[in-house]
Amino acid sequence: MLEIIRFAVVALLLLAAVILESFSVFGVNRFRFSLNRLHAAAIGDTLSISCVILAAIVYTGLEVLSLKYFLIVSLMWMTSPVSGHLISLLVYKTDDDIEKEAKEWKN
Amino acid sequence: MKKSRETFMNWLMSGSDPLEEEMIETLSDEEAADEHKDEHQNPKKERISIKEFLHAKGLYHPARIICSVGLCLVLIVLLMGSVMDMPYFGQADTLISSEVSEFYVEHTLEHTGATNIITGIILNFRGFDTLGESHVLFIAVCSVIILLKMTPREEDALLHMQDYDEIIKDQGEDLILSSLSRFLFPLICMFGVYIILNGNISPGGGFSGGAVIGAGLILYLSAYGYKRIRRFFTFNTFKTVSCLALLCYTASKTFHFVTGANEIHVPIPLGTPGTIFSGGLLLPLNIFVGLVVACTMYALFTLFRKGDF
Repeated sequence: MLEIIRFAVVALLLLAAVILESFSVFGVNRFRFSLNRLHAAAIGDTLSISCVILAAIVYTGLEVLSLKYFLIVSLMWMTSPVSGHLISLLVYKTDDDIEKEAKEWKN
Repeated sequence: MKKSRETFMNWLMSGSDPLEEEMIETLSDEEAADEHKDEHQNPKKERISIKEFLHAKGLYHPARIICSVGLCLVLIVLLMGSVMDMPYFGQADTLISSEVSEFYVEHTLEHTGATNIITGIILNFRGFDTLGESHVLFIAVCSVIILLKMTPREEDALLHMQDYDEIIKDQGEDLILSSLSRFLFPLICMFGVYIILNGNISPGGGFSGGAVIGAGLILYLSAYGYKRIRRFFTFNTFKTVSCLALLCYTASKTFHFVTGANEIHVPIPLGTPGTIFSGGLLLPLNIFVGLVVACTMYALFTLFRKGDF
């Protein structure tokens, strides 16, 4: 019984990862502006990969190996948003038509 | 097309660089005026052909040209001949018939004391090959330095260009990146050191660990800027570290080659396999290779980014 539940969870997580990754691929290829594309690419970078690795954690169970998987996820979640932030900063500084693409937020 | 070729030949012959002239135009007004004055006083040299140029330098001699062409032909024939001697593409029994791989798998532990067979092969059995590889890396960095490293005058000219000033110049630290790398940089460096030190036990070694440390240095540079990394990594550090590491590497390999070729048996203790201090000279060799690779990675990045350290 436990085996079947584990298999079902792993399958669901992998399916979710595939669906999210396809969203991200569609977004990167279909959106027109770079900031929107960046948002779409970030889905694949963080959520989809973390789903895959979560599936691997569930599959191996509680071991040292699953802790290592968890380390991978935490590093991905730390570094990927920062790289997205830097790319968006570069877009904001170099793009001449930034008013067309995004509204500047003022407080 | 023709014009660009003309400017190229002009640059080749007389040495005046069109890009450099553009840079000079962006200097401040007084300096620019000075430059123009100089140009008026010394009008450009007349164009001369390559033959005349060689004559003037005393390099033009029929025997010299025949020798160089002959050397090229000999090299071509040698290389093509060695290609002809190689086994045919897709021949099934090339790898099976070689006893070398079997020998490596069976005897690496006993000969080198390394539980990681790959490190045993690349640093011991094929040490000559790896020696050449690390020298190739060093030569690549040297040529990049020759091509891209800025002289102080060029640096001044570049600082006056507006686009460069706005986009690429250090703009202080980005808060998010700097607070992340305060946490991440020690981890990355620790991981790189771990890979290098465990090169003879587990997968890893000098090349991969050095690449990780180089990536950590690049992260530090992007997060904190040139001012802070110059406190511990300047051009002088690069020179001394990579040259000393290469020298030590070459010296220890020469020791291996000399003793091995003359069948002098100098016992280097191999230690117990599986601990860090095992494998004789493998650990120091890994450290030297790692230092060279880390310095090379960082130097390539910073030279392509700014042209200076």
